[in-house]
Order: sequence, then structure tokens, then C-alpha cells
Amino acid sequence: MKNHLISRRSVLAGTAAAGALSLTGFPARAAEPQWKKYAGTKLEVILAKGPRGDNFQKNIKEFTELTGIQVESEQIPEQQQRQKAVIELASGKPSFDVVHLSYHVQKRQFEKAGWLADISGYMKDPNLTAPDLVESDFSAGGLQYAKNDKGQMHSLPWSVDYFILYYNKELFQKKGVAVPKTFDEMVAAAEKLTDAKEGTFGFVGRGLRNANMTLWTNFFLNAGGEFLDAKGGILTDGPEAIEATKLYQTLLTKVAPPGVAGFNWMESMASFTQGRSAMWIDGVGWAPPLEDPAASRVVGKVGYTVVPKGSKGQYSATYGDGIGIAAASKNKEAAYLLCQWAVSKKQGARLLQAGGGVPFRNSVLNDPEIQAGVKMPKEWLQSVIDSAKISKLGLPVIIPVAEFRDLVGAALTSTLAGADPATELKKAHEQFRPILERSEKA
Amino acid sequence: MKAIAEVTPAAADAAPEQEWRPPSYWPFVVPALVVVLAVIVFPWVFTIWMSLNEWKVGSPTTFVGFANYLRMPNDPRFVEAVGHTLLYTALSVLLPLILGTFAAVVFHAKFPGRGFLRGVFIMPMMATPVAIALVWTMMFHPQLGILNYLLSLVGLPPQLWVFHPGTVIPSLVLVETWQWTPLVMLIVLGGLAAIPTEPYESAQIDGASVWQVFRYITLPLITPFLFIAGMIRMIDAVKSFDIIFAITQGGPGSASETINLYLYSVAFIYYDLGYGSAIAVIFFLLIVAMAALMLHLRQRTMWTEIGSGA
Repeated sequence: MKNHLISRRSVLAGTAAAGALSLTGFPARAAEPQWKKYAGTKLEVILAKGPRGDNFQKNIKEFTELTGIQVESEQIPEQQQRQKAVIELASGKPSFDVVHLSYHVQKRQFEKAGWLADISGYMKDPNLTAPDLVESDFSAGGLQYAKNDKGQMHSLPWSVDYFILYYNKELFQKKGVAVPKTFDEMVAAAEKLTDAKEGTFGFVGRGLRNANMTLWTNFFLNAGGEFLDAKGGILTDGPEAIEATKLYQTLLTKVAPPGVAGFNWMESMASFTQGRSAMWIDGVGWAPPLEDPAASRVVGKVGYTVVPKGSKGQYSATYGDGIGIAAASKNKEAAYLLCQWAVSKKQGARLLQAGGGVPFRNSVLNDPEIQAGVKMPKEWLQSVIDSAKISKLGLPVIIPVAEFRDLVGAALTSTLAGADPATELKKAHEQFRPILERSEKA
Repeated sequence: MKAIAEVTPAAADAAPEQEWRPPSYWPFVVPALVVVLAVIVFPWVFTIWMSLNEWKVGSPTTFVGFANYLRMPNDPRFVEAVGHTLLYTALSVLLPLILGTFAAVVFHAKFPGRGFLRGVFIMPMMATPVAIALVWTMMFHPQLGILNYLLSLVGLPPQLWVFHPGTVIPSLVLVETWQWTPLVMLIVLGGLAAIPTEPYESAQIDGASVWQVFRYITLPLITPFLFIAGMIRMIDAVKSFDIIFAITQGGPGSASETINLYLYSVAFIYYDLGYGSAIAVIFFLLIVAMAALMLHLRQRTMWTEIGSGA
């Protein structure tokens, strides 16, 4: 107990030492945080099922060894996890201290309801924060997600999902097609690659309502689209949206497998891994199953590259998840240590190397040693690094994201059955606008 | 007479004590009453209360009167969902009724292996709807599914099944019909077993054809059973959720979104509990109205068929 008391002498000695360090010209290396301070605390964590959750649970013993904090965690399928988290947080007495959240769906909702604790103060406290964890290490998209409009951090960005173009090198070679650099080239390539008699198609992607929005926004952003105007009004019936929808309609009706209107990522991936579709645009996280001989017929034949350029630019639609602390938690400091560990360099490196996700931290992504340990093909890593440079949020930061995805998504699916893009978008827009206005008014 | 004489004095004795006192049975009613209040009455009252409020998870609630109800007629998704529900229900009541009656007539006849085949026939009913839905999803797959393969064997072009807005509801009804025809068959078989044999014998003597026997004897006599089957099917079909949700999630687009699925989205994905509750109330009234209509029709058939027969 005695060593916890601070004597005047030790303070003086410490100050002198710190002064000496700063004199040497090296950056003052602050001490590690007091990891053990909250030993014996018990934390509850609610995770979405997936590689992040796996990576967390697999190595959680290391955290307990480091801090003496006990962690109980559960992984729940994404949709149910989102529901459970929202319902419990709304009740004011959540059963968990730490929550894994999907930024692209939940950011605005969590922020407006004030469900997450402000951790800006903790991040500046050297007793709680390791010296390498600084705001500037997170990518711009990550910070945009984690901060509220006052600039306070309410969560730590954990893993980012960029959309990239997967292509089947074998089919490309067979038809003598070059890897497309623009959407126009992509459509032309897809037409050449489509051979309905043989059952191979040029392009596959999400057609299912709601899920399809994450594909469409790539077309929308690259057509110069912005989701919201300066007043926060939604902008999904303008010329950019119509251009994007026409491209979406062309790709998914002319050069995609039949029934694509009902495809989510899973069905799209099945078509791609069976070698029946030559191109697929989806999240970066699917490389491990594509390169798994037990699940894929295209192992070693997959090319990875950034989403081609549109008429007005080239962006990678970005989604992501973070980890935050319930405002109602009684163990916020301990919970903060846990969040910090979850996004630590070591954990991030493991995630990246297994291909299970891409950390928001530049120090992980750009570390040559960590890069060398990546088990996925080099091209995959390159597509991730290139996407990071052109990253742009793939969904509007609003509360009713689910309604938005459902309504505009349904309009997109209707165009696959032959409906006119402009009419459908207008209809969805008219339906969605009052919902958005109501959500911001409340 | 003697029995009455014995009873009368006892009744007379009891008369002065007839002043009111708490019935001795009523403590025993309390537990059931509490349970009913807690799990049926309270949730209903609370749902109605929520439906009168703007009640969104994460925001404060405000009383808005009937605003949520007034939203419905102007909400194209809701209006479409009502249409989908009615179409889906009508088809998935009619088809199992027709096929189930036919199956019952077939299985009512005596032939070797009848018991075993009946057992096989009712197997779909025992399976879990979500498991069935997953199997059917694979069968519906336009490229890899077996249904299109079967069509190709008889020279028909491949179909998009649940992946096209025009065919999605009939395709879903196909699954529903496959699963619930056996239920109708069981009910109708029970009815057939109860029919007396005399009318058939006299029909045979009069030289009636098989169709005439079915149309003028069997069908009228099993009509009350068909109504029961129809009512059970209707209540089930109108509330159907699992099969639709597991196969299409209301898609493509919102082409197979029934009231139930829309209600789920509104309440648990958009977290708009007020509007969701209002839809639930209207949905409940719709089910009650349909059930009342069926009961009324059944009452009438009872009178004309059994009443006049007896």
C-alpha cells in the first residue's frame, strides 16, 4: 500500500527526470497506462458475430493477464445484436458495459440518444491511455464516425470496411479482357464476359432490398453524389442518383445471373466462388473465404482492385464498426482500457493479417512488418491501402438509416424488374423525406 | 316425484342464507385472473396506449392522439402490405383447402399401405418452418435450384420464382400449401369418417357417378369441417411470418411484404414503436373481423346442413 502514496520527494524526482528526458531531444515517452489499477473489475461485452468478435474472444485472456479485469463477452448475429443493444440502451440499464456498434447504421442514433460515454478525457489521460493511441492515428473516416458534432470522441474506431472490386483472372484471360479502370470499361468488360449459355456472367452484386444500398452508393459517390444538402435534406433523386441507378440497373439486369434481385452478399459470393460471375463489388472482408480451398473454386485466381472510376470521381464507399462504452456503465475506466486493447496495434495486426478486417489505425495498416505477415494475396492488401486513400462514407449519417436503405433499396430492386429509375427514386424520396424530417425534429 | 320432494325442503332451508357473501370459489379464480390481466389485457392496453404516442426508441415520447392511425392510409408501403396480405391469405387458404379435400378423399378410400402413406403425407406439417424455408430457398434458386431443373426436363423455360416481384407471392404460397395441405386433409378425413354410409348406398343404387356422389353427398356433408379448416388456415396464413421472412424478407423490393413483416420492420428495425403499435392494433382488428366473418358463415352452414339433416 505504501508505494501508492506520493511523497514530495518522489514527485520532485519524477519532475526532474521528466525534465531531463525532454532535454535529451527525444520525444518524452510517457509511462504505460496503469493497466492494473482496475484489477478485479468485471465487464460485460456485447459483440456482433464475425471476425472482429472472434479475434476479440480468442485473445481476451491476454487482456485479463495484463489488467486483472474479468471480461464476459457474447457474440450475437449482427441484426439481432443491433436490436438488442438499442433496446437495452434505451431502457437506461443495459446489461453490458462495452458495446460493438455498426457506425454506418447506428452512429447518429446513438449520438442523438446520448447512449455512449464521452471518452475524450480518457484519451488525454496518460494513466489510462497508451502513448501510441492518439486521435491522429485513426483515418479521417474513422474519426468522422467516432466523433459527435462537438468533436468529442464517443467510441474507438475498430474496423473499416471498404468496397473493392473482386475479379476472376481466369475468366478475364479466357475472354482477353483487361481489368476495368472506369465504370464504362466495367460495363463493356462485363458484356464480353457474359455467356448465358455457359452460365457465366460478367457481374454479380447485391440486389436484395436494403443490402443493395451498399453497392449502389459506390456508383452514386463516383457519379458525384452527396447524400445530404447543407440543411440536412436528403438528395437521392437528383441526376447523380439517376445516373447511378441506371448503371446499377444495367449491370444487374444485362450482365448478372438471373434472380440477382434476391441476392445478398452470400448469394453473390456463392456465384463468384463457383466461377460463374467474373466481377463482384463488395466489402474487403471476403478475401478469406475466396481463398479457402474448402469453400471456393477460384482460389489463387482472384484479382483485387479498387472500385473503378465514375463520371465524377473515384471513391471507395466506406462502412465501419467501433467499440464504445455505455453511458450507464459503472466501470467506465476499466471499460475504456478494454476498448483500447480491442483496437490496439497487436489486436489490429492480427485482424489484418488474417484478412478478417481492416483496422482504422494508420500505424497498423502502414507498418511494413505487419504487412509482411498478411496471409492474403499482396493484391488484396494493395487494394485496401489504395481504397483507404479514396475512402468516403457509404451511407448518410442520419438516424433512420434502416428506413433509408429499405425505401431506396426497394426502388433499386424495382428497377431490376424493369421500372424506370427516375420515377422509382422520386417515389422513394417522397416517402423518405418526411421520415427523415420527423427523426431530426424529435 | 320423490326426488323433487326431497330437494325442495333443502332449497327452502338455504333460502334465508341467500344474502350475499363472497363466493367460496373466487380465491381460486384470482391466479388465472392475474395471469390473464398480466399477459393479455395489460399488453393490449399498453399497445393501444403506445399507438397513441409518438414513441421512438431513443427519443422522448409525446402524445399524438390518432396521428399514427392517420399515417396508415397515406403510407404506400402499408397499403401495399395490406394488398399482399390479402392475396397471400386468399391463395394460401384456397389451395390447401382444395388439395387437402382431394387428398382426404383419396386417403379415405381403402388401399394397401394407406396408413404408411398417410404418415408420409403429413410429414411436411411436422417440420420447422424456418428449416423448410431454407430448403425451399435452395430449390427456388434460378441457376442452381432443382425446380428449374425439373421444369427443363419437361421443356419449360426457367422461372425466377421468389426472385421476381410478379411470381414471388405464388411461389411463397406454394411452400405454404405444401406444408399445410396435410392439416386440411386431417380435418377433412375426420369429417369423412363421421359421414354415415347410407346416402352413399342409395346413391349407388340410383346410379350416381363418382363426381355426383362427391358433389351432392360428400361435399355438403363435410362443409362444416371445411369451414373449420378454412378458419384455422386463414388465421395462420394472415399471420404468416417465418416462411416469408426466411425466404424473401419481404422482397424482392417490397413485393412480398405483408402487414406482419412491415410491422416487424417498423417496430424493431426502425424502432418506431408508436406507429408499429398502431399497425398491430389495425392488424388485430383485421384478423378478428375475418375470423368473425368465417364464424358467421360457419354458423349458417351448420344450420342448413346439419340442422336440416337432423
